Amino acid sequence: MAETTSTRRRALKVIGATLGASAFAAAAAPIKHWAENLSLGEVLQKHYQELTPEQLKDVLSRLERETLRKYGAEVTIEDIRPEPNTSFGYALNLSICIGCRRCAEACHKENNHDRATNNSYIRVLEMQKGSLDLEKGNAHYDHPVPAPDKFYMPVQCHQCDNAPCIKVCPVQATWKEPDGIVVVDYNWCIGCRYCEAACPYHARRFNWKAPEIPAEEINPHQSYLSNRIRPQGVMEKCTFCLHRTRRGQLPACLEACPTGARVFGNLLDPNSEIRWVLENKRVFVLKEELGTKPRFFYFFDE
Amino acid sequence: MTFTTRTTGTTRQKNHALLYPRFLWQLFLNSFRGGPAFYLWMTCLTAIAVVGLGAYAHQVNEGMRITALTDHVSWGLYIANFTFGVGLAAGAVMMVIPAYLYDDHEMHDLTIIGEILAIAAIALCLCFVIVDMGRPDRLWHMLPFIGRFNWPISMLTWDVIVLNGYLLINLHVTGYLLYMRYLGRKPNPKVYVPFVFLSIGWAISIHTVTAFLYQGLGGRPFWNSALLAPRFIGSAFITGPAFVIVLLQVIRRVLGLQINDRPIGTLRSILRITIPVNLFMFCSELFTALYTGGHHSAALSYLMFGHEGKTALVPWIWTALAFNASSALLVHSKVGLRGLNAACVLAFVGVWIEKGMGLIIPGFIPSTLGEFVEYIPTLTEWRITAGVWALCLLLLTLGIKAARPVLEGELAARRAEHS
Repeated sequence: MAETTSTRRRALKVIGATLGASAFAAAAAPIKHWAENLSLGEVLQKHYQELTPEQLKDVLSRLERETLRKYGAEVTIEDIRPEPNTSFGYALNLSICIGCRRCAEACHKENNHDRATNNSYIRVLEMQKGSLDLEKGNAHYDHPVPAPDKFYMPVQCHQCDNAPCIKVCPVQATWKEPDGIVVVDYNWCIGCRYCEAACPYHARRFNWKAPEIPAEEINPHQSYLSNRIRPQGVMEKCTFCLHRTRRGQLPACLEACPTGARVFGNLLDPNSEIRWVLENKRVFVLKEELGTKPRFFYFFDE
Repeated sequence: MTFTTRTTGTTRQKNHALLYPRFLWQLFLNSFRGGPAFYLWMTCLTAIAVVGLGAYAHQVNEGMRITALTDHVSWGLYIANFTFGVGLAAGAVMMVIPAYLYDDHEMHDLTIIGEILAIAAIALCLCFVIVDMGRPDRLWHMLPFIGRFNWPISMLTWDVIVLNGYLLINLHVTGYLLYMRYLGRKPNPKVYVPFVFLSIGWAISIHTVTAFLYQGLGGRPFWNSALLAPRFIGSAFITGPAFVIVLLQVIRRVLGLQINDRPIGTLRSILRITIPVNLFMFCSELFTALYTGGHHSAALSYLMFGHEGKTALVPWIWTALAFNASSALLVHSKVGLRGLNAACVLAFVGVWIEKGMGLIIPGFIPSTLGEFVEYIPTLTEWRITAGVWALCLLLLTLGIKAARPVLEGELAARRAEHS
């Protein structure tokens, strides 16, 4: 009798364990699917700053191949380094910005953002005249612009010299380049989103899913630290279009601006327009009291 | 369960490198032995954990878009539970403080329960951090020397150090005590007592560092308060004792151990202080924010009263306040064990809400650009959360089960000494 009970118990345990193990395997199955899409090279890739030139070359060509495979688009991904004696600054004239959001749209296209979420690094706030209180601003206005009694305040990454996002990152996946631009190594970021919590300007975005872009809409001129298509689960941010500006071009948002409200340039060049604005206009930065030392300035004409 | 004592004088010198794994293997096997009630309990927990795993696998594959998190509210249920878990782990040493600092021998016997709870709670925290990560495959980037550890600048790296350190200290103390029991030897106080004292200081540090994660962010006025760390410590000293009071009674009933009411009384006196202190600190925050007005009050007034019809957090925080206040009344009134248990459950749930829906979420609302975007967790998030909690309870159950002979032995010895 005792023997049959123990046999039965044993059988029950075996059945239970088998059921448990198969439930476990079934539950974990999607992870397997996800892991199949990860290449070993990607998983073991070193931090951008530690890659040798050969390794970097391999990484770039691997990323190009992956873009072709996943998105069906032939792209070139370059590693564009900062120019010497360059320190970028950006200023925006609030008196003439009309809130048309062309800058946000240009950013969307230039930087290969996800089409479905209409993502952009620029958020344009419609503000009540007479107040700089952001809580009175509205980012979801939907009417002809400019509306009376309103002014418009586009906000993007301020490339702070004392950036809270860099401080908090646990793995140094984000850092400041010599020309002042704060970048992210999309292949090193662990996706903890601490930087997103730390940023006082809502400048950072997370890839809640892999971006979806039709092949024909993909901007093929890409760089590793800026506008290449970001992987799922990592942070991204405005890079002052470093793939353009480090080659003497202007940021896409500036080129798209119909009113000339945006001024971009090298702060170290005494003859630059940005220097003229900083020296002659009544300039302010957002949330100066936080001590973040932004490189993005606002000013009024009159 | 029973351990067979295998040691004799000759094997004493035998290397522990072989014996210790064998001891761990015994612990593992032991987790499959038990009556029908034990099996039912463990099966239920496993089932919930598997559901959580399924939801998590789905999240990893699909991306975190299947959560309700957004670029506005970028941390939610997971980080809320992580924060709460750190408090639970820190609070678990409340067992240890009276035992060792005030030399309360009755509590001495029970400290191992606190240590085991701390281990389970830290496991809970680590799981919640991992399920919150967008790229769990890159966890190795966080490893010191192998990855790039942004220490000492990033508070998160400090948190990794203190949480893992705390886990190791508690694993050492618990493991050592159980192992000595397995070998049939008397524990050597020199090997574990210093670590017990270390764990007391360390417990304070884990919750302080966790508070510093939030309170150091100048862009989030709701968190940017020097009172945050004291509040965290205060509330940790609610959840730990509240959980242990109930746990002791469960152990007493289920394992049939002789635990008298004195330790419970000690923990109750702790709750008599910490629950009102926690409420007081909350009121102090409330006054500062609401009386001053302006930006610093925006998140708190949204939390308490809503903003232009957006009221997702209002029921949560008032429930938390009602629970905390009634638990304060209950521990101060002359209620029996049943009333005390009710107070413990109310306080535990009250703090859970206060730390999560009442602290992490409103830190993001309004956003840094003044937008009010609400957050209501999805079913996936709740499933993963339940799964992690089930896993933590599984660990706790196994730990307590393993500790039973230690508790039995020590309690028996104590009684013999007294008689």
